[in-house]
Amino acid sequence: MKYPLTIAAIALAALMPPAEAAALRDSGDPLASARWSEMQKAFLAGAPVLFDPRVKVIAPSTAENPMQVPVTVDASGLPGVVEVVVFADFNPIVQVLRFFPEGAQASLGFRVKLQQSTPVRAAARTADGVWHVGGTWVNTVGGGCTAPSAAGASKDWQQHLNEVSGRQWSEGPNAGRLRLRIVHPMDTGLVAGTPAFFLEEINFTDAAGQRLMRVQTYEPVSENPVFTLNRNLADGPVEANGRDNNGNAFKARIAP
Amino acid sequence: MKRLLGALWLVVVGQVGAADFDYRLNARPIARDVYAFIGQTEDFTTANGGNIVNTAFIVAPQGVIVIDSGPSLRYGQQMRRAIAAVTAKPIALVINTHHHPDHFLGNQAFADVPIAALAETRTGIGADGNAFAENLFRMSGDWMKGTEVQVPTQTVTAGQLDVAGRRLQLVALDGHTGADLVIFDEPSGVLFAGDLVFNGRAPTTPHADIAHWLAGLDRLEALTREAGFKVLVPGHGAVTSDATPIRQTRAWLNWLTAAMRESASAGLDMNDVLARPLPAEFADLPMAATEYRRSVGHLFPAAEQAVLGGGK
Repeated sequence: MKYPLTIAAIALAALMPPAEAAALRDSGDPLASARWSEMQKAFLAGAPVLFDPRVKVIAPSTAENPMQVPVTVDASGLPGVVEVVVFADFNPIVQVLRFFPEGAQASLGFRVKLQQSTPVRAAARTADGVWHVGGTWVNTVGGGCTAPSAAGASKDWQQHLNEVSGRQWSEGPNAGRLRLRIVHPMDTGLVAGTPAFFLEEINFTDAAGQRLMRVQTYEPVSENPVFTLNRNLADGPVEANGRDNNGNAFKARIAP
Repeated sequence: MKRLLGALWLVVVGQVGAADFDYRLNARPIARDVYAFIGQTEDFTTANGGNIVNTAFIVAPQGVIVIDSGPSLRYGQQMRRAIAAVTAKPIALVINTHHHPDHFLGNQAFADVPIAALAETRTGIGADGNAFAENLFRMSGDWMKGTEVQVPTQTVTAGQLDVAGRRLQLVALDGHTGADLVIFDEPSGVLFAGDLVFNGRAPTTPHADIAHWLAGLDRLEALTREAGFKVLVPGHGAVTSDATPIRQTRAWLNWLTAAMRESASAGLDMNDVLARPLPAEFADLPMAATEYRRSVGHLFPAAEQAVLGGGK
């Protein structure tokens, strides 16, 4: 085997299907990125790391629109996830978002601005402190982070700032799914004369007051972000509340 | 081994073809005094140099009317030489059907003659032309050498246009882009549909308004039912003498619209939508998988917003 596994990884591999176990490794970036060791230092410093196929990062291999690259992170096959950090090695602003699944599944769909071709990765921390890393390369013509937001060109975006629209699905193959869109320019600060202006935090809470998920968002998340979450079952309304880096708060109720 | 040698031979010949930057344009007669250059039903590559588009010309009594100028300066120059091999008459007018780069980046080779387009097409070429050209440099490579944007110099409007002793009917539609000009050449019965119609190649949608496009296709199909109609020239793909490519384009757009709407209603995320398989009807259509993926990016956000609660 090219990359020998540690004892812990071998113990873990014994519990997994053979195909997934074969893909497990604790060194040697499967995406062969020159930035991997920097990424590891910045986000996962000092903690044990496993490249783990149960952390799925789904994105088109070639992005049609670098301003709106769809990314789906699904770590729901990995038990006990407490935190997931998403980053893109070659983006001028590397960190995309963090989410903390509590009552919801460890999965999140969103869109991201990419400046050039880059790995997009998710590292999922389990309760034992191990970071499980998955990722995929996205090729793009780029420019996503230094192009002005569409809001900058329209006169009335401020009237709609932080407006939330959303829906839950209670039946069909996507039962338990919640999708929402928030009107926000998500300016990166990399366009001359336009300071960084972006959503920082979104909390999802169920009718009983239990938190489903907390999401920390950063500049690379796309303008007018759309999120897809999965509850284990759709049970009553969900409250979404949050704020941006200028202190503008929002609160919305998403009916089932 | 034989197969390997054959493949090697193809590689070598392919490279020779690319190295001389010759599009090998062949003026195909499609009606009396009307000729078309038919491009590949492919995407832009460094092998085809962007020759994926149909252009055409009409030999009118007092001069030549050119319809679209191709994807590069070299194409425009070679097109002009190919026209000169057919007729000694001067070029009277170039018409750009819409503001997509494969239809106007050859304009530079016709800078000495009037170039006409709908008002919105002129504005669009002025605003987006350079970005489009940059993108084609990236996709087609050195075939693009020396290509610069030449904005049309004249505005045409819907209705009758008499040029060089020939009577054209101009129909101003939209939907593929914000302004799509359809040209009907009365004497020959040739209908130049521009990119409102694709034949044997999946349509592209980066600036599409699908509802408008479908309405435009209905107008076009009505034109093919008129007594004088003989030949349909789509923007991409083979020339026909019937409305089959119009129906094919409509079927694709109807399916695409329904797929976006159903996906949004079912709660799919954009990556789920991208993963949907193509229906059997379109499985063998050239460029279908690529254009579907691109169209999801163009069209799904609006379908999704409608389901999530409109512009709220």
